[in-house]
Amino acid sequence: MKRKITEIADVIRSKNSGPYELTLDILFKTDADFETARRAKLITPEKICELYKIEAEKIIGIVEFPPAKAIKITIQRPICSGDLGETDVYGAQQHAPLLDLWFETEGPQTGQETV
Amino acid sequence: MTKEFRILSATAILGYGFPIASFEAGLARNPDLIAADAGSTDPGPYYLGAGISFTDRQAVKRDLNLMIQAGLRRKIPVVVGTAGGSGAEPHLAWCFEIIKEIAAEEKLSFKIALIHAEFEKSVILDALGNGKIRPLDRAPELTRERVDSAAHIVGQMGAEPFIRAFDENPDVILAGRSYDPSVFAALPIKLGFNRALALHMGKILECAAICASPGSGSDCMFGTLTNEWFELEALNPARICTTVSVAAHTLYEKTNPYILPGPGGHLDLRDCRFSDQGGGRIRVSGSKFVPADPYTIKLEGARPVGFRTVSIAGTRDPIMIREIDRTIAAVRENVAEIYKNQSWDYRLNFIVYGKDGVMGPLEPHPGTESAHELGIVIEAVAETQALADTVCATARSTMLHYGYPGRIATAGNLAFPFSPSDFHAGKVYEFSVYHLLETEDPAAYFKIETFDLS
Repeated sequence: MKRKITEIADVIRSKNSGPYELTLDILFKTDADFETARRAKLITPEKICELYKIEAEKIIGIVEFPPAKAIKITIQRPICSGDLGETDVYGAQQHAPLLDLWFETEGPQTGQETV
Repeated sequence: MTKEFRILSATAILGYGFPIASFEAGLARNPDLIAADAGSTDPGPYYLGAGISFTDRQAVKRDLNLMIQAGLRRKIPVVVGTAGGSGAEPHLAWCFEIIKEIAAEEKLSFKIALIHAEFEKSVILDALGNGKIRPLDRAPELTRERVDSAAHIVGQMGAEPFIRAFDENPDVILAGRSYDPSVFAALPIKLGFNRALALHMGKILECAAICASPGSGSDCMFGTLTNEWFELEALNPARICTTVSVAAHTLYEKTNPYILPGPGGHLDLRDCRFSDQGGGRIRVSGSKFVPADPYTIKLEGARPVGFRTVSIAGTRDPIMIREIDRTIAAVRENVAEIYKNQSWDYRLNFIVYGKDGVMGPLEPHPGTESAHELGIVIEAVAETQALADTVCATARSTMLHYGYPGRIATAGNLAFPFSPSDFHAGKVYEFSVYHLLETEDPAAYFKIETFDLS
């Protein structure tokens, strides 16, 4: 069955990492949720490219960070922070496309790990 | 008993404030140092370029007053980095002025060390000529023209200039642009504590209570450092540090949570462990520091690009909303046509809220299908304020009366919330230097001055 990312993540955020990069953090609710997301390949370069309409070379890195039950995605900013044409100087409102992510699980939705 | 070094981090950014009760709870834990960083590049290039703080003067004075009085009373140093938000000369002078005011008003006598972080252009050009400067991230190669046009260029100091300043036994250190962890880590490093743990603890303390749950940028945090580990604890009963809240903070604003580059090397946190000691104390161990050879200092600079005028309006007409792209294109053409015989260099930009105003090119759904109204910011940037005014005014009046296809409402296309409709946003800057400078002496570029205030 289909489940939404917001069922298993309690923080989804974006922020500048220096003026040239934008970093996206997804913090999962439990270790099991983190594991579910990893196994379901919730975050892949292809999905990030599709969600943000960017080429793969604009992705600087995708890193899993188990101590925080987190996946971090860092991409190039379209322009350097504050350059003419800027829409979000702090980069704090670039997370919304991630809220639309969903994944397939087997079995009934129990709130437990189901994969 | 294990040798410890205890630090009270007052607030995430000087001027963001902190509850007195949290601060006193920190003092009751007998800190060896009170510190805060005062800056960030997050608010964009304007503040560095214009020499203005993004934090409020009264708010900064309030925080400093409490910190300095507590430090003097307990005979422990107070350290503030990235004075005035960006840490160039005008920012340092602004913050020093506030401290002198506090000393006079509160009748305090103390010794202060100032550490300067603004670079002379000749110094940068010499280093550039010697091949000692390279771009950071995607910054373009540094050129003489970029150096010459910069309003201010600062270097982000590591722990070394602070360590040198501590030789003078100051009561207060006020520094220009600093690597945030330096203000916390310098004194323990000078005293022989483990550099990696001191820097990693500083990296978390610099955001104060943001690493607690619930997080806050306006509350204190306490750190205890030994040579085997460090511990963090929140000082406000309304929040608590957990292994997850502290680990999660390691992600914040960083490209990679395992490798954190800074002056003279990087922190390697791949073997880092976070453990809950009970009582809201989170212990961190296993942090490593990998020195870089040569040592590098990050340079930041901003240059003026013109003057900005903006006009703010909205539209509620479904046909205008449908025709918004064509309307904007027509407005651009009309402005270009009217002034085609002028050799004006201007930039006209439209930010359309309800379409892609927040995400611009990254917006996955740039259509206006679900929008029943749009917010429109017309932005003109030109070489003088008067020219920006002219371009903005022409764009605004053209857009107000433009006859887009299918138009039914012929009295005006825009709803203006304000009169006047157009606003001066003043001088505009862009980041023009974001580079690494190689150096053999990490403290040499940062001049130290001491003053006895009374």
